[in-house]
Amino acid sequence: MSDAKQPFQFMSASTITRICGNQANTIHELLEEIRRASDASIFTHTFQTLEEHHFFTAGFSNDFAHWVLTACNEPRLAERLAALDIRQYKTIGGLRGDLITVLQDYVANNPQPADRVAFEPFYLCEAQTVAVPAGRVAHDLVSFAEALRELGLDSIHYHFVVARLRPPLGMNDFCNWISDSLDLPELARKIDAIDIYTNTLEGLRQRILEEISAWMTASS
Amino acid sequence: MDDRVELKLEPRVPSLEDYRPIVGSSELRTLQTLAGSLAGRTVKMVNSTAVGGGVAEILNRVIPLLSELGVPTRWEVIKGGEEFFEVTKDFHNALHGQPLTVGPEEYDIYLTATEMNRRNLTFDEDFVVIHDPQPAGLVLTRAGRHNHWIWRCHIDLSNPHPEVWSFLHQFVCRYDVALFSSPSFTRRLEIPQYLFYPSIDPLSEKNRELDASVVRATLERYGIDPGRPVITQVSRFDRLKDPVGVIQAYRLVKAFHPDCQLVLAGGSASDDPEGEAVWREVQEAAGSDPDIHVLNLPPWSHLEINALQRGSTVIVQKSLREGFGLTVTEALWKKKPVVASAVGGIPLQIIHKLTGQLAHSVEGTAYQVRLLLSNPAMANRLGELGQEHVREHFLITSNLKRYLTLFLRMLRHS
Repeated sequence: MSDAKQPFQFMSASTITRICGNQANTIHELLEEIRRASDASIFTHTFQTLEEHHFFTAGFSNDFAHWVLTACNEPRLAERLAALDIRQYKTIGGLRGDLITVLQDYVANNPQPADRVAFEPFYLCEAQTVAVPAGRVAHDLVSFAEALRELGLDSIHYHFVVARLRPPLGMNDFCNWISDSLDLPELARKIDAIDIYTNTLEGLRQRILEEISAWMTASS
Repeated sequence: MDDRVELKLEPRVPSLEDYRPIVGSSELRTLQTLAGSLAGRTVKMVNSTAVGGGVAEILNRVIPLLSELGVPTRWEVIKGGEEFFEVTKDFHNALHGQPLTVGPEEYDIYLTATEMNRRNLTFDEDFVVIHDPQPAGLVLTRAGRHNHWIWRCHIDLSNPHPEVWSFLHQFVCRYDVALFSSPSFTRRLEIPQYLFYPSIDPLSEKNRELDASVVRATLERYGIDPGRPVITQVSRFDRLKDPVGVIQAYRLVKAFHPDCQLVLAGGSASDDPEGEAVWREVQEAAGSDPDIHVLNLPPWSHLEINALQRGSTVIVQKSLREGFGLTVTEALWKKKPVVASAVGGIPLQIIHKLTGQLAHSVEGTAYQVRLLLSNPAMANRLGELGQEHVREHFLITSNLKRYLTLFLRMLRHS
């Protein structure tokens, strides 16, 4: 197994949630809050929620969709919001724009339900993540797999989900390293295709390890 | 005279290693890595009581674990005398929205005790975490210091008595950050606010695994048939917990599941005159139904409560108003299907149809209980996910991680 051009530095990540103090009581208000929310807040309710609720494989693609379904009882709108796939976005601005488009469309066509007060308010929050070196470095696929087995789930989320918003945009850390440093773009493509919505983070770890194992078996 | 109280912790508190089978090695490694990055920074936690109450219970566990992780942490308890604690109890109730007439005398009592504690305590640690309103005034000591001051508010401040809040606010706004148990418990503040869930200890008497024979024996001791469905609410006898509403819901369930039993387990605070009246109302509502078990348990009945929860088929928390609702957390940790009202911190724990069922009325509660009694597979699935939800967010180890993350974040942004 060949050595990487650059070693992979695993990070330990942990997140706390800042309460912004803003809240929405109706779908209309949610639209206005999304317009003025910080990027960190949009990130929290979309990217971060996958970590917060990683053990669910159903019903939790983002907080906005979940609230619209459970607190506003609007399943069609919830489905449209849930269908926004964070893997397709390289900036929070792009994601915010699409959230606004979906909500604007609903508010324009459903003015009364859009102003109906929800069962409970939606509270806007901001995730604040701290990452420190985890003390594990991978130099090849074998040591990468060994470290991945022991990595905390927060860190898997940090490297595999959140990383898409760090340069190079749209690419997770694992696949970026496997493609560039190990020169294995096909393996990187397979790992990148793993569905983060229908796998738990633990399931995601297992799927990555399976892809690596299958690759190593085929290459030996 | 230096009359600081150096607290002695319980003789056998669990070590970090004891949590490995529960949260996994990777979680412990994350805690160690985060703590290692704090490189010997020190912490002081201050509250108003060493024993009794949820805050002391949490500190009893968090403090030794932080120290074990290499973050030396001291715990100190303020002194104040009877007058001070009467005033702070009134303030506590007023901050929960109860009416109160406050005069300058009460404020003077608070300020005098605060001054005395400021003189008697030292605050040289890197992080000072002050719990709740009673010691909040200690922040006046921070002038000229460069350490970090954190106010951990364990109560719901969403609808406070305006005058008492205004008094408290002069202290709160001097902290660097404030920590709340739920976004719905906060107020608009000049300082950043963070979400810090309360936590339970999976190794405590109230939550540790129990042998099936202990569970069975406990149920039988209280005349409950372990072979028939058991619906349980664990709460003190307080109108806000709606025990009579639970009995009404049980009667609606009983029409469809005639073999089910109801357990209302709790106690009433000795200083709560309403408790006695509620207890009578509950007895009256229960009537002569032999399948309703109203248990008035002493406050140290942790093992009994644990066994009753574990022996239940469905747990109910039909509160009209609620704090965070740690009895729900305890039930979820035990993989029990829970039906609860969407009030206070409960919606943070019960994600409808995923970790439990939310209800908004007697009829709704009854329907959800029926649904779970008739669908054991669904009940099991909710229980499994409920426990994962608690493991991830509401265990003492998550609490530790939040503190470590907050400390690191504050250091990096100071």
